[in-house]
Amino acid sequence: MSVLTRRVLPYPLLSAFLLIMWLLLNQSLSAGHLILGSIIGVAGGLAISSLQIPSGQVRNLHLLVQFAFIVLYDIIRSNIAVTRIVLTPGRVAKSGFLYVKLDIRNEYALAILACVVTSTPGTVWVNFDSAKGELLLHVLDLVDEDEWTDLIKNRYERLLKEIFE
Amino acid sequence: MTAHSILIWSVAAAEMMIVLAMACAAYRMLKGPRAQDRVLALDAFYVCGMILILTFGIETSDIFYFEAVLVIALVGFVATAALAKFLMRGEPIE
Amino acid sequence: MMEVSPTLPAWVAIVTSILVLLGAALTLIGTIGLVRLNNFYSRVHPPTLGTTLGIGCVLLASMLYFSVVKQRLVVHEVLIAIFVTITTPVTLMLLVSAALRRDWAIGDPSVPVPPGLPEEAERPEPLPESDQPTS
Repeated sequence: MSVLTRRVLPYPLLSAFLLIMWLLLNQSLSAGHLILGSIIGVAGGLAISSLQIPSGQVRNLHLLVQFAFIVLYDIIRSNIAVTRIVLTPGRVAKSGFLYVKLDIRNEYALAILACVVTSTPGTVWVNFDSAKGELLLHVLDLVDEDEWTDLIKNRYERLLKEIFE
Repeated sequence: MTAHSILIWSVAAAEMMIVLAMACAAYRMLKGPRAQDRVLALDAFYVCGMILILTFGIETSDIFYFEAVLVIALVGFVATAALAKFLMRGEPIE
Repeated sequence: MMEVSPTLPAWVAIVTSILVLLGAALTLIGTIGLVRLNNFYSRVHPPTLGTTLGIGCVLLASMLYFSVVKQRLVVHEVLIAIFVTITTPVTLMLLVSAALRRDWAIGDPSVPVPPGLPEEAERPEPLPESDQPTS
């Protein structure tokens, strides 16, 4: 990336995202909206750059897409699981807190993991202790702790590590 | 029964279910027992409201309900985040 | 009562019906869970049914229906989907950590030490029963 592009587009992904949002909001691909959206994208990127957010880098876009599909599949699966728990009469879910030791330290990977874990029904991200590398989760159906640890460690964390580190 | 009447009835049934869902959320909002339960119920309540307005949009074939949903999403997020922040700082601690 | 344009293909009507019903049912189940489950941390989970697949199905139905009725691609529902996907985890995480602090502050022994407080910190004495969690 040349110096000029870096100065105009400090966060190219964010700028592209803002442009796409603008076009979606206006339901249009006309030249006028493309220009206006690009201006908003560049301005948004410049405004955010004054916050000095550490820049992250996606190393493997293909894996990111694969990760998105895995998450979608898991969301559907846990929707069914939580539906079953709620609708089974007389069943009291054995919920509880769970500690998982994580290896990833990349902020973006952790942020994505937090969003994935929380938006999947059945698990909520409570806290991450960055000094100890310990993640605190709350799980609705905590019957087998190893199963959940395995899900976080092997299914999500390994992929995120390959994508971001 | 034609496909069109199936659509008409299922949209009506969906609206009914969402209103019931809002009633459940409202029950939890009124009953509590604690403030965090009420905020959580409020969050679920406005999501139900968003879905209800989306189905209204399908029912009336009016595309402009979309804007209302977007506004509810924005306001609801800010409200819940502010309330959660308040719970964290406003009460016993400090 | 809803008016359906007579030119609407049957398969669009059927798929829209299924998606709308599925989305509404999942949302309803989520709020039933909100009423039925017995403690706050369990109750955080069910509403996410509504915010993931629940609203997702209804948005898909709306996209399909309007794309066919208006005879052009209507995709601005994606905007709502993106917005809900980003905001729900943020509000839930904030709410859970707030609840953790409040439970910890009234001396509930069943919750772990909340973030930002040292492990050895002295727990305050439990307050009088008025503010105690009932479940």
